[in-house]
Amino acid sequence: MIKLKVPISEQDIRKLKVGDEVLLSGTIVTARDQAHKLMIEEKPDFIREYLKESVIYHCGPIVKKNDDGSWSFVSAGPTTSIREEPYQADVICEYNVRGVIGKGGMREKTLEGLKKCGAVYFHAVGGAGTLIANSVKKVKTVFKLEEFGSPEAFWVIEVEDFPVIVTMDSHGNSLHEKILEQSGKTAEELIK
Amino acid sequence: MDLKQSFVELLRRAATDLSPDVENALKQAHDREEDGSPAKAVFRTILENVRLAREQSTPMCQDTGSLIFYIDLPVGEKEEYYINIIKEAAEEATKKQYLRPNAVNPITGKNSGNNVGINAPYFHFHQWDKGEVRVRLMLKGGGSENVGTQYKLPYGPVHAGRDLAGVRKVIIDAVYKAQGLGCAPGTLGIGIGGDRVTSYALSKEQFFRKLGDRNPDKEIAEFELSLKDDLNKLNIGPMGFGGKTTVLDVFVGYQHRHPATFYVAISYMCWAFRRKTMTIKNGEVYYD
Repeated sequence: MIKLKVPISEQDIRKLKVGDEVLLSGTIVTARDQAHKLMIEEKPDFIREYLKESVIYHCGPIVKKNDDGSWSFVSAGPTTSIREEPYQADVICEYNVRGVIGKGGMREKTLEGLKKCGAVYFHAVGGAGTLIANSVKKVKTVFKLEEFGSPEAFWVIEVEDFPVIVTMDSHGNSLHEKILEQSGKTAEELIK
Repeated sequence: MDLKQSFVELLRRAATDLSPDVENALKQAHDREEDGSPAKAVFRTILENVRLAREQSTPMCQDTGSLIFYIDLPVGEKEEYYINIIKEAAEEATKKQYLRPNAVNPITGKNSGNNVGINAPYFHFHQWDKGEVRVRLMLKGGGSENVGTQYKLPYGPVHAGRDLAGVRKVIIDAVYKAQGLGCAPGTLGIGIGGDRVTSYALSKEQFFRKLGDRNPDKEIAEFELSLKDDLNKLNIGPMGFGGKTTVLDVFVGYQHRHPATFYVAISYMCWAFRRKTMTIKNGEVYYD
């Protein structure tokens, strides 16, 4: 098990390989469909300092507003990453992001982006909403809450020992491509 | 009995308390994987998450899904009465964070914020001869719903003809294509025959069966079991990491079709297979 703390240097991220189990700590940012669209179309600066050498989490959480006005994460597993495939590589390079957490993996364009700009894809366990919310220690701030709604907002959160597995690294390797190829061969045999 | 609170409790249970048949199937799947494999690590995380969600009374998955209600009513009871109370209960359950706001207006893009909207929650009503009300609730996440699909046989790409062998081929095709997208290991609901609408409806209703339940038609029961075996040979595994369990079970239903059509609807349920039943009888409420 590898312990990593945000901010992560390019050198450290390039050490990671497919299959590595990682416990991630530090400040990361949730972003999904509307946030990615915005980051490509308008390249807003408000999120820049939080993304630099940090990690984007594909997640639409359930969040609770506490009596003192602060927020807590109640359930926060990953959402399907492939929807961000058209945007991801450009977002990584534009904002100097070191990693993306999601589920299901991503395809060629993102894999190229990881290689080019020095980043990895971390896979979290889909559906493990409560367990992951327990590793969110603090909600630091939120952007676009009113406009996008709670699931789509940029939540800036501090996590401690968030469990993930590297399934796409910065050297062009992808566990998802491997499984796709193997299962494709089996499916062909079964269908014959 | 406070009926609204009883429905809030039904929603809470569905979102936070995985049913024993599903949890047991996940435990068995965990035990089958090799020590030290990513697949085993995934199952360990899933089971730990299920335990924590139950203990903390928080949703096991943040996508608490679309709210789909199947309600059986005695003769003379009004649908409207239940619709109104359930909408109030959904609003309260959302406020209590048992549910994420998941009803979005497709024209304005605005989230209603309380899970209530046009056709949300979604209701199927049936009248029956019993004197009790049965409410069956399914929470179905968006990721798993997106990989649901409907084939029209014959289907050229996998040479699937208009027979059970053809049905088998398109199901294998669908599960191959769903990898990484629906939170495997999934459970499949299959509807064979009917029109476009009823084929999907039949496939989804299968999810109220308990894992291990077999179709009373012997040929279909054997078909379900052999499909489950074949699909697990794909080795897609939990989360698509590779592994011995790709599906927890396969449920098949069929209905008569028009001579010119042959639809196969495939609904995919993620591992967080959330459904609960509530019965209202003589003023008392029972949950299963």
